[in-house]
Amino acid sequence: MSDEPVISLRGVRAELGSRPVLRGIDLTVGRGEVVALLGANGSGKSTAVRTVIGQVPVTAGEIELFGTPRRRFRDWARVGYVPQRTTAAGGVPATVTEVVSSGRLSRARFGVLRKADREAVRRALDLVGMADRAKDSVNALSGGQHQRVLIARSLAAEPELLIMDEPMAGVDLASQGVLADTLRDQVAAGTTVLLVLHELGPLEPLIDRAVVLRDGCVVHDGPPPKAVGQHALPGHDHVHPHAPAGAEPIRTGLLS
Amino acid sequence: MEILNYAFMQRALLAAVLVGITAPAVGIYLVQRRQALMGDGIGHVAMTGVGLGFLLTWSPVWMATLVSVLGAVLMELIRWYGKTRGDIALAMLFYGGMAGGVMFINLSPTGSNANLTSYLFGSLSTVSDSDVTAICLLAAFVVLVTLGLRRQLFAVSQDEEFARVTGLPVRALNLLTAVTAAVTVTVAMRVVGLLLVSALMVVPVAAAQQLTRSFAATFAVAVAIGVTVTISGTVTSYYQDVPPGATIVLLTIGAFVLMTALAAPLARRRARALRAAQPAADPAECKIPATRGTTDEVGV
Repeated sequence: MSDEPVISLRGVRAELGSRPVLRGIDLTVGRGEVVALLGANGSGKSTAVRTVIGQVPVTAGEIELFGTPRRRFRDWARVGYVPQRTTAAGGVPATVTEVVSSGRLSRARFGVLRKADREAVRRALDLVGMADRAKDSVNALSGGQHQRVLIARSLAAEPELLIMDEPMAGVDLASQGVLADTLRDQVAAGTTVLLVLHELGPLEPLIDRAVVLRDGCVVHDGPPPKAVGQHALPGHDHVHPHAPAGAEPIRTGLLS
Repeated sequence: MEILNYAFMQRALLAAVLVGITAPAVGIYLVQRRQALMGDGIGHVAMTGVGLGFLLTWSPVWMATLVSVLGAVLMELIRWYGKTRGDIALAMLFYGGMAGGVMFINLSPTGSNANLTSYLFGSLSTVSDSDVTAICLLAAFVVLVTLGLRRQLFAVSQDEEFARVTGLPVRALNLLTAVTAAVTVTVAMRVVGLLLVSALMVVPVAAAQQLTRSFAATFAVAVAIGVTVTISGTVTSYYQDVPPGATIVLLTIGAFVLMTALAAPLARRRARALRAAQPAADPAECKIPATRGTTDEVGV
């Protein structure tokens, strides 16, 4: 085991269209760490993780995964990814098992799933409590169950690093609890986690460090903010109607 | 079975069966990635290939294959780089392909719009031996790709962004899908015609998914529907003297209507079975609980 960071971004810039979305961000995630990437909508947090997986091209800066420059990184079985989705369904019906099995392809040679692979898929479904729905069509699932399927898919390859883009978006509280438990088990087993979150919510106790983005820049890198209801959310503005016109809104939480 | 005594009918049936297999086999991935009309676009582009084939006195089938493969790759590239809006760029390809076909065929000394019609709407009874050879080779390629790489193509078509993180060569697989779709279009060109190709790629899949819950079953049922309608359409056109392409497409739409009608009672039965399996879990009617639980709180 080496001490090199699992994810390392140095001076990363990225544009969408011609609009700069990341203006030179640094981000390091060490082995076994659980890091939350926070920020308001449009702050660049999703773009940041999408540069890590190579979905968004960078215009400047360096990205390393497990000490290897991302362009030369091929060991994708070590990475589990949960994209920001509200559905696991495509244009054709597919069962929960079929969707989760595609997460195992990074370990399967030539796309052939052996017995061990099918068992890994089964374990991943167990972890998110969806084993009893294995043969059901994903079209028949609720929003929270969709998210559990997407997380099972990322766990099917038994990754060392989990990257999750808003895993709690649109998830009912019961499923949020299941997801938090799943993540706790993964962290306990030594998995490194990078989470994009809009709010800390039930994952708060798991998080070692929070990195806050605003307008494509890192504005905070340190311990997570104390959650005091919704008011502790980064970027949460208190605009009081009785404040004098033109006064700066009072910002509470992290950014103040 | 006197129908099998004629060599032209043997060729026609063989071509029809191969189209019945390959068109839904590729179409399912196009439907899955919500590009159901891609086959239609390639069909239009292939017309330029047919026209060029006549102009250069090459085989129109091979020329159409070449041009539609190039067109499909171009569509994929437009999707990647997205400089123009994707749908506008595709529209240009559609109409450019169609206009190019009409232009080239009129410039050629041997071709006329009458020749073009046999490619636009199919001309199953004039399938020649060399056509059959070409169709067999192309169909073998399509089956090899769509079955051999089904897991990879499923992953890429289901969620491209995720597929990238499993280390799959996403761009290569997207190009391969486009090329395979283009090949299928030219395979089906003689059977149902370029303007109706897309129907055989899309409608059997749409019909199958009225009844199925898994991708594997959808694939199998769609191919079964494809083979059934192409054979029965060809036989019907022989006995009733109706155009085979149109007959096949109308039968496919009939299959869709039939499947939709079957789906409703089946869904009801499944729901009943589910309720029987877990009687306490989901009461059929709403009840207001006396006390509020911990899981039904609305986050504030």
